[in-house]
Amino acid sequence: MANKESFSIKQNYKNKTLVEKAAHFIFMVCAFFAVAAVFSITFYMIISGAPALFSVGIKEIIFGTVWKPTAEQPLFGILYVILTSIVGTIMAVLIGVPIGVLTAVFLAEVAPRKIAAIVKPAVELLAGIPSVIYGLLGLLILNPIMYKLELIVFKDSTTHQFTGGANLISAILVLSMMILPTVINISQAAIEAVPKHIKFASLAVGATHIQTIFKVILPAAKSGIATAIVLGVGRAIGEAMAISLVSGSSVNFPLPFNSVRFLTTAIVSEMGYAEGTHRDVLFTIGLILFVFIMAINIILSRILKKGDIEK
Amino acid sequence: MTGKVNSLSLKKKRISDNILYVLIYLSASLSVLILLGIILYVFYRGAGTVNWEFFTTVKSALQGTNGIAGNILNTLYMVFITLLVSTPIGIGSAIYLNEYAKPGRIVRLIEFTTETLSGIPSIIFGLFGMVFFNTTLHLGYSILAGAFTLSIMVLPLITRNTQEALKAVPENYRMGALGIGATKWYMIRTILLPSAMPGILTGIILSVGRIVGESAALLFTAGSGYLLPKTLMGGLTKIMDSGGTLTVQLYLSMSKAEYDVAFGIAVVLLVIVFIINLLTKLVAGWIDVSKRK
Repeated sequence: MANKESFSIKQNYKNKTLVEKAAHFIFMVCAFFAVAAVFSITFYMIISGAPALFSVGIKEIIFGTVWKPTAEQPLFGILYVILTSIVGTIMAVLIGVPIGVLTAVFLAEVAPRKIAAIVKPAVELLAGIPSVIYGLLGLLILNPIMYKLELIVFKDSTTHQFTGGANLISAILVLSMMILPTVINISQAAIEAVPKHIKFASLAVGATHIQTIFKVILPAAKSGIATAIVLGVGRAIGEAMAISLVSGSSVNFPLPFNSVRFLTTAIVSEMGYAEGTHRDVLFTIGLILFVFIMAINIILSRILKKGDIEK
Repeated sequence: MTGKVNSLSLKKKRISDNILYVLIYLSASLSVLILLGIILYVFYRGAGTVNWEFFTTVKSALQGTNGIAGNILNTLYMVFITLLVSTPIGIGSAIYLNEYAKPGRIVRLIEFTTETLSGIPSIIFGLFGMVFFNTTLHLGYSILAGAFTLSIMVLPLITRNTQEALKAVPENYRMGALGIGATKWYMIRTILLPSAMPGILTGIILSVGRIVGESAALLFTAGSGYLLPKTLMGGLTKIMDSGGTLTVQLYLSMSKAEYDVAFGIAVVLLVIVFIINLLTKLVAGWIDVSKRK
């Protein structure tokens, strides 16, 4: 080490502190990228979504029930679209969460190791499948089945508009499949995080394994399962491509066999050709979706914080 | 005494227990059945379309070909540019959060926004990209605009995985390096980053999966071009042209009821998803630094 450089320790030190400071600064800038991104997304969603609220009227948009954006006297009521998203999401969660939590129970508590080694990778693969593939299969498998059901249910109806199977039920089924991996992974982690002594105490006083799971382990894992539900809601309400063709193409009240539009599918299917006010209203729909998502995020961070304190 | 014995022997015969066991097994088999159903159906419908011509030609009514070569190229461009932008930023952000920042408001803000980014649905990214990159920055429908949009989308994946990997590096590695006189940057460069490499790789591989599978964020930012560049120069300027990835093309084919192409692409995508899953498993094996030899 006794070379020339050792004589200029001071100079070297100066260079080094400069490099240190630069590194610190650059990493900080990188870290603020996420902050900048969220702020600019919020900013741009508001400036592109808000104008229509004023030009068309908040009441006309949010509480209007008629969606005729391209008519001569255009009407931009999206109440049914909002309701469809809410109903669709709630139903998908009601179907997907019990199945997901039970699967998580299976993986964490019940399954023999060999079977878990089949189910777990299957869930991981499901999570990776692109949403358009779910849509493709929904369109070609679910919709024909729904059409047959529709023909039976509305055999004698004269008022029902036949949809060819693209209806709310199809969309809900696709959504509930899509939230499964999220719900399973997070609930499983929550169940596995429950301290073992609680479980053994319950077994020791004579409870069966099932009683222990449902009366002791699941209640102890409730904040993790709540997280799973909230993430499932976020995933379901934001999904667009999987349900855009499956759910039908007209705006209707969210009844099971009606062809419906979700907040997301309205944007996907109409943004391509929309102009003027129509386009502005689509951005308003985007803004409403964004508000929903931000609310979900805030609820989520509350739950996570509460979970931390409980520990 | 007999009462107690009875309740103990009854313990194994509770009907409600058995019902719940059946429900648990049914739920678990459902995920496997859904996966099997998807794979079998997609391969059954799509395997016939996938051949050499499908990969090497583009859609052309003149030549009667219906291939996806252009979309494959677009997808590669998209993956490459997105990672080029998001990987350094994501890693830098993780290093700042884990090694420099002191716990407090700023860290909470950064972590909250990173969480938020991972919760925003892709359609919102699509709208934002359309307004910001396409219109405000005048990039138009282009691969570049799409890649910038996706960079924001995959940022949390890279940040979080790098952060996890950095947390797994034992504290005495840092102490040792600093103790023998290394500067912090030197320590990060020569000790932390190599140790955290598997975690960073996991983030990158997961991001590739996300980029390949993405459609809603790209439909309105990168558009739907499907042609191959004719010249070398065209290959370079292609990033400013509209370009649909495989997944976008799958959606477009499906909405035009061209199911053969749609299922052909679906087969390709499923194979990619499968490979990505295997890779993450492989890399996850190396993550625990202290156990690595």
